[in-house]
Amino acid sequence: MEIVDLKKWFPGVKANDGVNLTLRGGEVHAILGENGAGKSTLMKMIYGLLEPTSGEIRFMGKAVHFRSPREAIHAGIGMVHQHFMLIPALTVAENVVLGDEPGRIKFDRKEAQKRVRELSEKYRLAIDPSAKVADLSVGLQQRVEILKAFYRKAKLIILDEPTALLTPQETRELFSIIRGLKAEGVPVLFISHKLDEVLEISDRVTVMRAGKTVETVETKGATPQTLANLMVGREVVLRVEKSDAHPGEPILQVHDLHVRDFGRMERVKGVNLELRRGEILGLAGIDGNGQFELADAIAGLLKPEQGQIIFDGDDITRWSPAERTERGIAYVPQDRQLDGLVLSFNLVENTILRDFRKRPFAKNGVIDRTAATNYTERLIREFDVRPPDASRKASELSGGNQQKVILAREVSRDPLMLIAAQPTRGLDVGAIEGIHRQLVRLRDEGKGVLLVSLELEEILSLSDRIAVIHDGRIVDIVPGAQATREQIGLLMTGSRGHSEVSMS
Amino acid sequence: MKSLRSILLPMGASVLAIIIGGILVAALGYNPVTVYGSLISGAFGSGINIGNTITASLPLIIVGLGIAISFQSGLFNIGADGQYWIGATAAVWFGYHFNSLPGWLHMILCIVAGMIAGALWAGIIPGLTKAYVGSHEVITTMMMSYIGILLARYLIEGGPMQQKGFNPQSPEIAQNTQFPYFTQGLMQSQLSLVAVAIAIIAVIVVWFLLYKTTLGYQLRTVGLNQRAARYAGINVKLFTVVALCLSGMFAGLAGAVQMLGVDHRLLDGFSSNYGYTAIVVSLLARNNPIGVIIAGLFFGALTTGGQNMQMVSNVPAALTDVLTGLIIFFVACERIIPQVIGWYRRRRTLKSTSAA
Repeated sequence: MEIVDLKKWFPGVKANDGVNLTLRGGEVHAILGENGAGKSTLMKMIYGLLEPTSGEIRFMGKAVHFRSPREAIHAGIGMVHQHFMLIPALTVAENVVLGDEPGRIKFDRKEAQKRVRELSEKYRLAIDPSAKVADLSVGLQQRVEILKAFYRKAKLIILDEPTALLTPQETRELFSIIRGLKAEGVPVLFISHKLDEVLEISDRVTVMRAGKTVETVETKGATPQTLANLMVGREVVLRVEKSDAHPGEPILQVHDLHVRDFGRMERVKGVNLELRRGEILGLAGIDGNGQFELADAIAGLLKPEQGQIIFDGDDITRWSPAERTERGIAYVPQDRQLDGLVLSFNLVENTILRDFRKRPFAKNGVIDRTAATNYTERLIREFDVRPPDASRKASELSGGNQQKVILAREVSRDPLMLIAAQPTRGLDVGAIEGIHRQLVRLRDEGKGVLLVSLELEEILSLSDRIAVIHDGRIVDIVPGAQATREQIGLLMTGSRGHSEVSMS
Repeated sequence: MKSLRSILLPMGASVLAIIIGGILVAALGYNPVTVYGSLISGAFGSGINIGNTITASLPLIIVGLGIAISFQSGLFNIGADGQYWIGATAAVWFGYHFNSLPGWLHMILCIVAGMIAGALWAGIIPGLTKAYVGSHEVITTMMMSYIGILLARYLIEGGPMQQKGFNPQSPEIAQNTQFPYFTQGLMQSQLSLVAVAIAIIAVIVVWFLLYKTTLGYQLRTVGLNQRAARYAGINVKLFTVVALCLSGMFAGLAGAVQMLGVDHRLLDGFSSNYGYTAIVVSLLARNNPIGVIIAGLFFGALTTGGQNMQMVSNVPAALTDVLTGLIIFFVACERIIPQVIGWYRRRRTLKSTSAA
């Protein structure tokens, strides 16, 4: 496949403005770029969802103009979307053959299963064709998507942010699948904004920035630093620069905490934890192991069944969220759009979300717009929120800037402790750098920081100590400096290995 | 540009509804120009007609404010009709009791009684059950609305509020609680400037409450995003109850104002439908208190104009109901219209690129 000077202009926006790309047979080619660099627009054009304004896509030596995904599929392009398009109630085989079922009138289930089994053997995608998709893990569902593409005789596979929802183990498995495809001679287009993954799996990398392809480089000669600089267009500090921690008094103590979620499922099953002033405690774990319920319980959004939360000497177990906020707990919730912001409020209304009751934002129950607007404009300047316009609605901002607004609000309240749940989820390198710097700054000011993250890299590079949670219990707490990826990854699966249990 | 659009779209919806209504009238064999002419002259043709229109729109505006509060708080108060009648009943009861009180105090007592009655009718059962056991307010407010109307009917049909020896009706409220009309002309339209003043004050209060106070900020936060509201430390249950109380309070106020300003007693009938029309008023106004004035006047004009239209051109007044239905339809379509425009633009760009 070859893409020549492809352009897609929307009214007022040049989403793609000169994309050039050559995909060779049997190579894994990564497309790397920040959010908003134009990766998804490019994908949509290749897949027939959008028509290019100008330029050309050549596939198998011929210029192609796909007017719909159906035509793209027919030509042999297989796409695995970030969010799967599967029907949970159907089996693997039924999902794979959907739209092109064997059998004339009656659906031939046996034939479908047979064909799917053959495919899975050919491409080494081990899966049970008769399993229900609803029962499969995210990693296996992704395999079903890949099988779907091959069932439709794909000659090229496009993976759009394929690791976004995977655990580290599942990512490993996906990578071995990709290597298998490469061995079969199937070219793979791998779209991502994660540097380490691109470096590991691809043969060549094309970097996109602001709708243009900046450069295509051989992965062998590339380093994280060179790629990050290409992506952002300037020098990026990749490693978090931080001095040694100087932990002080404990600020937060959690004793034997049990928490149920809204579905009455017990998610936290007896957690003991201590966070000190001036340290970043990373809470690592695979999604769904109770880490976010624990964070919610500390912030007061979930009521614990049992146990005790001591904050700065006070037993806050029964306190309301508002009282905890007032006492000095800041919280960056996991889901910024669902919990952290009111999307149709403007930035002023969002900035005062946690302190609207207090002076200077309110006097006698009346909101002081001027004071609130001035404060918001100050935060916008300090945290470089773009566009710098306090009257914009939160929904009009990019994910990174939404996160900046939340962080600015929480950090500027001058809290004693910050709980940051997935603070950089879905953000690009430039934005992550800024947010990490803020977390380290808070720590250096003597605040306690509890970092809850599914990104192992983030936990490893920021934490002074790492607590690993599995199935609602803390498996182990290890010093951050010595921790390795493998060690933490193993603990995340719940196996303690031979490391000692050190619950504080 | 956004705010301009929020005015133009509901207006466009109304214009479209009027055009389609006109086609309908023509199809039925009437002359749309005379029909609409009679509608407009009925609504605005003379001083008295304008007065009638304002009189008809006042309850719609005040109930509409209550609906706007509930919508902005993310709640569907469908039972404003019952809250209106409960408010009216309470105001009338206080109106023919306590006759020894000075007039202004007696008047205030009636109004406050109506407001409290409406607030409790919406707040106690629908509000508390919504907050604590999660029963849906559409069902509960609706059911309470029937109960309220039937209760009011019982009270004057053989119940304790029936005036002895008359058709089902309550005694008239004391003379000094009735809003003064000031001039002969206003009296013909039953339009009291006191009622107008109350409606204007109510609009200002609701606007201030929603946009300038922490109370309104919390209501709107709960309405837009309950999870963020919890995160902000807002007691979502409490504000659910508060929102329904406030909503019912304005419906009750409307009932009281109507009794003191126009009806002066409860009469059999109870078929005002203010509670339902006010939902459309609030929707058309996009739940904005200032917009409620304009939308309320519009529907007031449809009511008075519709009666005139029936008399002059023989078109049934039910046509105004058809217009109302069309307006609701087009307001609801308002989200669809931009999509249609977008789809049309895309098609055009596609054509031009494939031609090139």
